[in-house]
Amino acid sequence: MPAHDVLIIGAGLAGQRAALEAARSGASVAILSKVHPVRSHSNAAAGGINAALNVEDSWESHAFDTVKGSDFLGDQDAIEIMCREAPAEVLRLEHWGVTFHRNDAGELGTRAFGGASAARTYYVADITGQALLHVLYEQLMKHHEQVDRYEEWFVTSLLQDEQGNCTGAVGRSIKDGRLEVFDAKTTILASGGAGQCFEPTTNAIICTGDGIAQAYRLGATLMDMEMVQYHPTTLAGNGILITEGARGEGAHLYNAEGERFMEKYAPNKLELASRDVVSQAEQTEINEGRGFPDGTLALDITKVPRNRTLEALREIVNIGRDFAGVDITREPIHIKPGCHYIMGGIKTDSDGRTSIGNLYAAGEAACVSVHGGNRLGANSLLDTLIFGMRSGAHAAEAARQIAAPSAGRARIADEQQAIDRIINRDAGGRRISAIKHELGTVMNEKVAVFRDEAGLQEAQATIRRLKEEAQVANIDDRGTVFNQDVLAAIELGYMLDVAETIVVGAIERKESRGAQFRTDYPKRNDEEWLKHIDVSVNGGDVPKVSYSDVTITKWQPMERTY
Amino acid sequence: MPDYTLRLRRYSPETGASAYWEEFQVEMDGHRSVLDGILKAKDDQDGSIGIRCSCRAAICGSCGVRINGRPGLACHMHLEEAQSRSADGAVITVEPMGNMPVIRDLITDMDAVHWKKIRRVTPWLLPEGPPPEREYIVPKESMVDVTQSMACIQCGACVSDCLSMEVDPDFIGPAALAKAYRFVGDPRDGRQRQRLEDLTEDPHGIYDCTHCFNCIEACPKGVAPMSQIMRLRRIAGADHHLNDRNNGHRHEQAFVSLVKQSGLLHEAELLPRSYGGDSWFGKFAPKAGLELVDSLPVILRAVMRRKVTPAGALVGHKIDGHQELHRIFDTIENRDERFELNLYIVQPDEEAPQGDGASADGDDSASGGAVQGSPSSSSPERSPNPS
Repeated sequence: MPAHDVLIIGAGLAGQRAALEAARSGASVAILSKVHPVRSHSNAAAGGINAALNVEDSWESHAFDTVKGSDFLGDQDAIEIMCREAPAEVLRLEHWGVTFHRNDAGELGTRAFGGASAARTYYVADITGQALLHVLYEQLMKHHEQVDRYEEWFVTSLLQDEQGNCTGAVGRSIKDGRLEVFDAKTTILASGGAGQCFEPTTNAIICTGDGIAQAYRLGATLMDMEMVQYHPTTLAGNGILITEGARGEGAHLYNAEGERFMEKYAPNKLELASRDVVSQAEQTEINEGRGFPDGTLALDITKVPRNRTLEALREIVNIGRDFAGVDITREPIHIKPGCHYIMGGIKTDSDGRTSIGNLYAAGEAACVSVHGGNRLGANSLLDTLIFGMRSGAHAAEAARQIAAPSAGRARIADEQQAIDRIINRDAGGRRISAIKHELGTVMNEKVAVFRDEAGLQEAQATIRRLKEEAQVANIDDRGTVFNQDVLAAIELGYMLDVAETIVVGAIERKESRGAQFRTDYPKRNDEEWLKHIDVSVNGGDVPKVSYSDVTITKWQPMERTY
Repeated sequence: MPDYTLRLRRYSPETGASAYWEEFQVEMDGHRSVLDGILKAKDDQDGSIGIRCSCRAAICGSCGVRINGRPGLACHMHLEEAQSRSADGAVITVEPMGNMPVIRDLITDMDAVHWKKIRRVTPWLLPEGPPPEREYIVPKESMVDVTQSMACIQCGACVSDCLSMEVDPDFIGPAALAKAYRFVGDPRDGRQRQRLEDLTEDPHGIYDCTHCFNCIEACPKGVAPMSQIMRLRRIAGADHHLNDRNNGHRHEQAFVSLVKQSGLLHEAELLPRSYGGDSWFGKFAPKAGLELVDSLPVILRAVMRRKVTPAGALVGHKIDGHQELHRIFDTIENRDERFELNLYIVQPDEEAPQGDGASADGDDSASGGAVQGSPSSSSPERSPNPS
């Protein structure tokens, strides 16, 4: 039975960074992930990582851009921490071996990104997330004596002692179906986002909000759940992401009439306005009939010099060719806004602590909140690393004062029964895929770029019905080795919980801010709604809603133009 | 929408039954991927079909399989293309990757083979001394260069069809050696020589590759593992003068010197030169004698079947006008720098830019490591030529 000081669930950038930091301070660490760590969705962050590392740049400027990007919903103390610590973190990654792009002098070079007042995005071609993830995994292999890796292990539930503190988790080996209790003094959830609640989405199939739902079920508070980012450039059919780096390198957006429409919406920053602004502009163009017949707009990358595209945007050259049949160096590619990132998550402080004792969260699963109503491009990698590192350090430090828990053993039988109940379900229910498809479709129709009360209520009613249906969804696979059917059934439950909190938050916030645009409340309303919406379980039925203050340090809310 | 037939290799260790084929019909747009097809079958027909997958966009490396007998990512091939490449033009076969044990259906045990080999090459940066206060200052091109092997997503497609590994399961293999190049080629790493000594002295190391090109064809990310292995050899042999105990380097040199001398291979000479080098005394290298004795039956059979004449085998022959070859050798050997192909920058199927190409946009300064207006398809990256 594994027992560790620090248990980390999820092995993307936040989880791996937390593991390395906790190990550095001498803790015994386990990192557990339902996929091999290098399959994690951090891979998909193509464009780069922000840091005010140039001497002409300043962390204050980076912080202000982030605050403004968040539509003043971000907590400024946390944003200050993130932007101050960013330069040292980028240098640390460089020292670990990330092959960052260089300028002609051999120093780190930058590219421009949306919503930023300076070019401060450091990158590796357009595989930045992949390069970071693989380099961190190199470090994890290097430190194998301090960090135990449990690859392809799935968490079925978190453990809690009588005082309500988290004491680890129960995990199931996907390879052979074996259940184990992972006792831990402190536990960090770094299990990523929940984009699979939407269809289509840029998010990988594994992004099912597991950690967010697990923490929520345990009683943890979630925050800003209504803030779901729609990325301005995704492929229409399958939601595959075209990096913002394309616009950073100089690509333009056109409507079907050949008009560079961003001139109307963001006359200064144009295509490099923040993502909420660009996505709303695009959706307006499409809704008002200036899109192409398939409901898309054109992203013209031929504006970027061809050789530059081949060097710095190689991945989207491949994506264009393989997934859209388009040579992006010669013709525009059709795109539309698509679900991409969830700004909300498990509410944490700037050390990653959640509202549950000894439970931490970091990365997309968490909400610190540094992104507020809208995340800037190239701030997500930074968020995962800075707050992954900080939770790792804090969880390791806290573990010194905590006695080793050992109560988890008793839970194995319960968990085994729960799994057996799923495997032995009677046939005849709806297929898991059908329920998931209906969820994704309703979320993408009613909880997307533009929202209103009636649509949100409809989405909520649908989710509640789907929750019932999910209880008896059909299971084909009765085996134990790599039973992905059982996984999908559990993930479906997680997704439905997360989707409900998203909708509840969106119904609650009766204003338009950042990614939440309510057509029935189209203005930002600082007097009533400059506050976070917190959501938690309420003994059963409807989630409980409460509010918390936005921390303001230096920057008072002002009108937001790009 | 067209109908596609997917013939999937099924296997479950729990049933006691051996592996079998099962066919599924899916109705889908031909531009959707084979993975989409498999997932549709899984969604609508049989939830027990096992396949790893996550990103659907060829970046996570989960869905490595063999499609119609060839390795690749299931998300990276369209259904219509897979159908047209199938044996009968109709049924798309999908089976697990090779060279690795199968756990279930299309899922292989990558940890038992692939990751073990990755761990074999000390896969982390080992810089000399403490890090600088800011970043390491390194040539721009060197970072682009190692980014080609950094682009590897560890999908295992190259491992699946590595012929050398099929014969010698201990061969470090294409993925792990490409990973090794990622450090050997990184100017920040302080152990270039030690890494190369390790990889040359290992009898299952860089000289175990047989140039079959399977890994280059298999790789969905253009990493070209075999090219990285050849670069490891060039740096080990030409820059560090590492003469390994497996005679890999000398063997390679023997080919070069024989072709230079006569324009053709001279098999009888290949063996002694591989052991003793070009010197005349080298011909008496004891190990060469032993291997000659070992090879005698093969040689005799070749003579009996008239593949060679005894005179031809012993004396060898020259091609006509082989002096022309010397001009090629001279041109290459007299260069100040060695040319290294980096396929990461410019795609291999690139056509020649017209006229002054990208510089017509008025921005040729931002074009990075790619060579402007070069008619060749690849972008040469230079390293000092040690000759």
